[in-house]
Amino acid sequence: MKREEKNRAPTTELNGMSEIVKTVCNWIAGFIFLFGCYITAYGHLTPGGGFAGGVILAASFILIVLSFGKDKISPLLPRKRAEMIEAAGGLIFIFTVWTAIYAGASFCGNFIFKKWSCANFKLLSAGFIPLLNIAIALKVMAGLFLVFFVLSITRVILEGEKLKMVKEE
Amino acid sequence: MIYALCFTLILVGLYGITCKKNLIKIILGFIILDYGINLFLILIGFRKDGIAPILDKSMDINTFAATSVDPLPQALVLTSIVIGLAVTALMVALATRIYERYGSFDVTKINKLKG
Amino acid sequence: MKVLPYFVILPLAGSFLVIFIDSVLKDRKVRDTVADILANVIMLTLFILTLTLFGQSCSYFVGGWRPPFGINFLLDGLSHLMLVAVNLIALLSGIFSINYMSQYTARRHYWALFLLMLTGMNGVLLSGDFFNLFVFLEIASVASYALVGFGTEAEELEASFKYMVMGAVASSLVLMAVAVLYSRFGILNMSYISAAMPGESFDWLLKFSLFLFITAFSIKGALVPFHAWLPDAHPSAPAPVSAMLSGVLIETIGIYALTRVIFNVFSYKSILLANLGVISMMVGVLLALGQTDIKRLLAYSSISQVGYIVLGLGLGTPLGIFGALFHLINHSIFKSLLFLNSGSVFYRLKTRDLNSMGGLNKVMPVTGATSLVASLSISGLPPFNGFFSKLIIIIACVQSGHPVLAVWAVIGSVLTLAYFMKVQKLAFFGKLKEINKEIKESPFFMSASVIILAALCLATSFILLPGVRNKILTPAVNAVLNPTNYRMMVYIK
Repeated sequence: MKREEKNRAPTTELNGMSEIVKTVCNWIAGFIFLFGCYITAYGHLTPGGGFAGGVILAASFILIVLSFGKDKISPLLPRKRAEMIEAAGGLIFIFTVWTAIYAGASFCGNFIFKKWSCANFKLLSAGFIPLLNIAIALKVMAGLFLVFFVLSITRVILEGEKLKMVKEE
Repeated sequence: MIYALCFTLILVGLYGITCKKNLIKIILGFIILDYGINLFLILIGFRKDGIAPILDKSMDINTFAATSVDPLPQALVLTSIVIGLAVTALMVALATRIYERYGSFDVTKINKLKG
Repeated sequence: MKVLPYFVILPLAGSFLVIFIDSVLKDRKVRDTVADILANVIMLTLFILTLTLFGQSCSYFVGGWRPPFGINFLLDGLSHLMLVAVNLIALLSGIFSINYMSQYTARRHYWALFLLMLTGMNGVLLSGDFFNLFVFLEIASVASYALVGFGTEAEELEASFKYMVMGAVASSLVLMAVAVLYSRFGILNMSYISAAMPGESFDWLLKFSLFLFITAFSIKGALVPFHAWLPDAHPSAPAPVSAMLSGVLIETIGIYALTRVIFNVFSYKSILLANLGVISMMVGVLLALGQTDIKRLLAYSSISQVGYIVLGLGLGTPLGIFGALFHLINHSIFKSLLFLNSGSVFYRLKTRDLNSMGGLNKVMPVTGATSLVASLSISGLPPFNGFFSKLIIIIACVQSGHPVLAVWAVIGSVLTLAYFMKVQKLAFFGKLKEINKEIKESPFFMSASVIILAALCLATSFILLPGVRNKILTPAVNAVLNPTNYRMMVYIK
């Protein structure tokens, strides 16, 4: 990359793409989000689960950032809220496996499993695994989105003689 | 045969980490190394024409053990991919920060420390 | 035992809770205080929990699944000894950081990473199967990479990147070794693999995997051919983190893991390890002599002290291992004390260069006195703990028929004394510089934690008394020496 190219103004970045891309992404993003939810919820029955579902959920948000720019994403999922969701996902996971100790099973034991008699291959047939999948999906969604967001909003520009890191927030 | 391929991948990754001067190429070398090891792990559990490791009521346990693939390496590889993702993300973030401080991705120019 | 999972749950939950509370509360000052209190309460709880576990050895089946199918946590003498050391140093570094971290922003990230590192170390100490060992190793390492670059200055980032590349390669090698072992045995549980090990003659798969393990853990523990990252990484971190890294992290994910794998799983005995230790000890000492940056000097001295520990372990005799484990505890205490002292000096003077200090005893008496205790202790002078452990290692060398190694150990000890006298003379004795006249003693929490550590430097000498020794160190030595015990442990609930 040449020096002049680096020196471009930071405001031209991440402002969104053309009208066609925006329209198509507007339709698709919701469905991708829904698909992510499906993958998460049926993680114990079909291939997928918390991590894969979380990645798809994050992809829907990343799609919005790429097509619409950062302005559209900030009311949806600002950085602070993403951090909160990530921490909440981790906390849900830990407290679920923690309560297992007090619910009669040992640590990480599936304490709901025995109390439900349900046919195999049904949605509620796996005890607390869907709950853990949801927690992981929340965490992965927020975490991956944050990784993308933080890496993409920072930009190194030349200011006078010194390089400076600019955050577009 | 495929084992040789994944060892080649590992060696290519090590070459990238040790011999390349560019930080981004070092990161790519690490990713290749990681994938080589993941491939090796998944190959251990591989069985030709194997079935999915779900034990059904209608199936005998011995035929099940003889025909199904080993599920454990797959679980391990998933975990190791996630860890690799975290490490790579942290590496990229650090590389951007280093670029800001030094104005270069070249390791020969990043030499404020003696070590 | 129901307590074991808490060593992983509590710090992990704490690290998420710090971030969560931080994103809920509005006022910055309240947030920082809450984070400080929460983290320190968690570490205090963990330390008290370790003290309740004396003399027990047990395993815990996660999820109620029995090994070899399930995951198990495993506690024996060795891991208990390390648990006490890790949680003690973590608690004191945590107390120290309350004042020290006021120089930095982003307190929540600091505490979250610190607690994650603690989770990783506790997990490494407790995990009973190879894959969990790898996962917890990675948790501890990734958190420490980020903590090394916490200041985001040019040097810190460079050191962090270097450390990260080395560490990532080492972790990959661990994973590779685990994969090779899995392909050989088809199980991951360490006790079961240990039982299935074919005695003395290893086939090439086992040799390959042992080679990978030794290489990887030598990188993590900074033994000499692979030490290049340590003198950059450890000084760059904030002082409490340096204390954690040098004091316990390299011992946990380097030495402890190496001991576990070599002695308990492979039951492999060779003098090679002792030679590695001696080389590492001498190189560390010689490189430390020429340093003028106080933290860099301490980092080189960590390499040489780890060399002592590996020398003791490599001898393979009961006395050698006893000395090594004793030295391991002592090293974690005095090295973290020295790093915290250098942090106190940096907090007031804003420099790490020894030549711009001088006469600090007059203005910072607590820091001066505690660092004198630590220096005497690390260079092995009689009333302090370092003397006894080094003496035991040297006696063990002679007893097992390696007098040459003993001579090297004595020379290393003398040279250690030399460069710590240099530190004392340049930094704390001599004439006070004009610009340093105004500085004050370090704040309350920082002083408190260094005083506790200095007292421990003296108190750990009493471990040698037979009554205490049988309770603390002997179980650990037995755990290292008897792989059969380790194989049986997995059945004890």
